[in-house]
Amino acid sequence: MERAIVLAASAIGAGLAMIAGLGPGIGEGIAVSKALEAIGRQPECKGTVTSTMLLGCAVAESTGIYSLVIALILIYANPLVNLL
Amino acid sequence: MNVSGPKIYYTIPILGGIPITETIVNMWILMAVIVGICLFLTRGLKERPVKKRQVVAELIVSKLYGLVEDTMGERNTGYAPFIGTLMTISAVGSLSSLVGMRPITADLSVTLAWGLVIFLIVQTVSIKTTGILAYLKSFFQPVALLFPLNIISTISTPVSMAFRHFGNIASGLVISKLVYSALASLSAAVLSFIPNDFISSIPIFQVGIPAVLSIYFDLFSSGLQAYIFCMLSMVYIANANEP
Repeated sequence: MERAIVLAASAIGAGLAMIAGLGPGIGEGIAVSKALEAIGRQPECKGTVTSTMLLGCAVAESTGIYSLVIALILIYANPLVNLL
Repeated sequence: MNVSGPKIYYTIPILGGIPITETIVNMWILMAVIVGICLFLTRGLKERPVKKRQVVAELIVSKLYGLVEDTMGERNTGYAPFIGTLMTISAVGSLSSLVGMRPITADLSVTLAWGLVIFLIVQTVSIKTTGILAYLKSFFQPVALLFPLNIISTISTPVSMAFRHFGNIASGLVISKLVYSALASLSAAVLSFIPNDFISSIPIFQVGIPAVLSIYFDLFSSGLQAYIFCMLSMVYIANANEP
């Protein structure tokens, strides 16, 4: 019974952790829209703007990746089950 | 559906058992492939290139040195071989999923080891350039109260780099497998009204659709993560090497 409760709570927790995917999504959307504006104004800077934007997007993605790691740990390598 | 960590092939019975995982085996195979390609490209070099492969090798090396010089400045071009090695093994390791191997970067041990290497280099370089006293003092800047936060931010750098690379590749692996099994159930549901058992058991939706995901997760994401991992390490090392 306790095991079932822990497993259910872990599954819900993993789902809740992935809500953090919202933030990077919005942030990367803003970054890409600004990059598109910049390319529209100065098409000759396309290469630099694109590579810098990809770098910034990848860094902004970190928080989403952290939540993903937490969700993966909760699902595949749950440390809480061993505490019972 | 089965998503799991790397399989353990064999356990060496010393020091409490050292497991030989799929990652280690794949990494040795990839290293052998990379060394083979390098030997092939650099065999019989001439001052004036007469063979195509020398032109390819020169192109790769000059692009690499150009990238390192653009990002880190001219005084840090000595790091180009290291950055090139890191980028090659990272890109090849992630792209190996295209031929059906488990990507080595979907194992946290690998990316965390690379993160620790970068961490050691950055700390060593910053001690060398500023001196040990100034290095220790930099942890108490701008106020001594901020010492714990400085420690956390120093330690979180390699951890976040490792998690970023691992998370991107591992999420691609998990999502591809999820979509693959979902498509199997979908085609089973759609075809269930056909009375013929053989025809209704063909997973038609598994043809073609996963390839679109594979282009993003395997090709684009792998290349981008290798580029970003190297870009960030270059930026950190160049920052540490500011006099």
